[in-house]
Amino acid sequence: MPLQLAFSIVLLVRGHNEPGGGFIGGLVAACGIALHGIAFGIPAARRLLRVPPPMLIGTGLLIAALSGLPGLFQGQPFLTGLWGGSVPTLLAGQLKFGTPLLFDVGVYLVVAGIAVHLIFTMAEDQ
Amino acid sequence: MKLALVLPLLVPLLTAVACILAGASRVAQRALSVLGSGALLAAGLWLLRSVDAGGIQVVQLGNWPAPFGITLVADLFSAIMVAITGFVALCVAVFALANIDPARERFGFHPLYQLLLLGVCGAFLTGDLFNLFVWFEVMLMSSFVLLALGGERPQIEAAVKYLTLNFIASGLFLTALGILYGQFGTLNMADLAVKLRDQPSGVTLSSAMLLFVSFGIKAGVFPLFFWLPASYHTPPVAVSAIFAGLLTKVGVYALIRVFTLIFTADPATTHTLIVVVSVLTMITGVLGAAAQYEIRRVLSFHIISQIGYMTLGLGLFTTAAIAASIFYIVHHIVVKTNLFLIGGAIGHVRGTGELKQLGGLYRDYPWIGLLFLIPAMSLGGIPPLSGFFAKFALVKSALEIPSYWPVVAALAVGLLTLFSMTKIWAEAFWKAEPEGATGGTRGPVPLLMLVPIVAMALLTVAIGFFPGTLLDLATRAAGQLMNPNGYIEAVLGRTP
Repeated sequence: MPLQLAFSIVLLVRGHNEPGGGFIGGLVAACGIALHGIAFGIPAARRLLRVPPPMLIGTGLLIAALSGLPGLFQGQPFLTGLWGGSVPTLLAGQLKFGTPLLFDVGVYLVVAGIAVHLIFTMAEDQ
Repeated sequence: MKLALVLPLLVPLLTAVACILAGASRVAQRALSVLGSGALLAAGLWLLRSVDAGGIQVVQLGNWPAPFGITLVADLFSAIMVAITGFVALCVAVFALANIDPARERFGFHPLYQLLLLGVCGAFLTGDLFNLFVWFEVMLMSSFVLLALGGERPQIEAAVKYLTLNFIASGLFLTALGILYGQFGTLNMADLAVKLRDQPSGVTLSSAMLLFVSFGIKAGVFPLFFWLPASYHTPPVAVSAIFAGLLTKVGVYALIRVFTLIFTADPATTHTLIVVVSVLTMITGVLGAAAQYEIRRVLSFHIISQIGYMTLGLGLFTTAAIAASIFYIVHHIVVKTNLFLIGGAIGHVRGTGELKQLGGLYRDYPWIGLLFLIPAMSLGGIPPLSGFFAKFALVKSALEIPSYWPVVAALAVGLLTLFSMTKIWAEAFWKAEPEGATGGTRGPVPLLMLVPIVAMALLTVAIGFFPGTLLDLATRAAGQLMNPNGYIEAVLGRTP
């Protein structure tokens, strides 16, 4: 499970120019949580997550929406990508910071939140 | 100003997010919903003002140039629609505070409502056919959940019909997009308009017809309207009011947009067809209404007949006729939403919307009677209310062409509409209440219901007394629609 979560982060940060990204990263993260749920029960998985899944969805949407704003304040249209510096990382190559990464983080949280919410709800129904 | 164009999308989105984050706190969600809708109204008015002063506004999202990127465009027509959406959204959001039960609020009524508004505004502001499809889906998804929320049996049945029909419409829409993209390699509306100009071909016509059917289903024109009266009377009143006011009008907006901007090469075929369909829509809608005895069902059928008037203006295809259509849309959104809200208030105090079980409302609630008469008479086209000027402008533009038989139909349907409204009046307000009817609260109408009803009635009266302002605005909007060069130039940044 920790391995899956770590892998999901790797997918997230290598996203922009290589295969990966927020969407698939979020799904992998949700798989990790779901695996924990299958092994130890849904209540344990909920405790592991600490926050209710709808909160993840809300936070993710908020981050994604806010990532469009910096461009706006620099006189560029909404959602214009702004890039900052970059740091080399071990697995994901050069990690570039910028608003698109922020947007991807938002997508990651939304996807993970929705998937986990769906899985929890269906699992608890039985 | 670029911000003015993005705000009508950002405001509902951020409000929805805030509502989700507010989570269990019902009070916070309610406050946020009303605040957000108010902010949307302000954003809409600001947009209208900047478009009026500064011409067509364009934003290329992410700074990717058209036709490659995602374009947001607001001409006067879009801006008018966004502004009126904000007004209706605020009224219904206030009404919903008194109408939606806590269980529905807990299951996310408020965020869904804001997402619905997001979809509606997005559809009005996009400059790209594929994005129009995406916004339609945003709207459809939230409307589907709103319709089914609560899970009562008739609601689920209605939601299934609604969803099926709308999915078919989306499928046709997507097919048309595929054909257009395969043929012309672009879905940017301005770019398509340039590429399709003066090139009537079989491919263009077939995609035009696919879009016509798809938008026609969403707008509820003849013979594709049957999903509408089957679904609109089942959810809580606040939901059906916002559906009745806005959703079908998004379909009409899309029809007007594509048939003034893109498919104008062969109006003898396409626009004549629109006229015929419009007249049939008017007639079948009003006849359907005559056979109904439940307030919201009657009103649902009237939506259909009124849609006919709006598309008739498009079919006649002159500046005056399209201006009349735009006037009609604004008038109709306000009046129809208001009638649904009044129907809801009646349901609140009497516990039913069945005309046969109602009665004596005028004796108990004379003010509600008066407030009902304003939009009802306006819908029927009695001067000096907004509906009179809407019909007058439409009929006048038809006579100028000249085109007589749509005029005959329009006037006859107007009379029948009046008949239907007097039916509601006579049954619900005038006749004595049937023995043994005890449903509903019997108390006074809650203030939260009354305020939006009064606000909308005031706007109807205001349009009626000062029709010149709106008609002037609508005429300028229609002028922009009929000369799409300005639009194309604003989007593509060059003269076609």
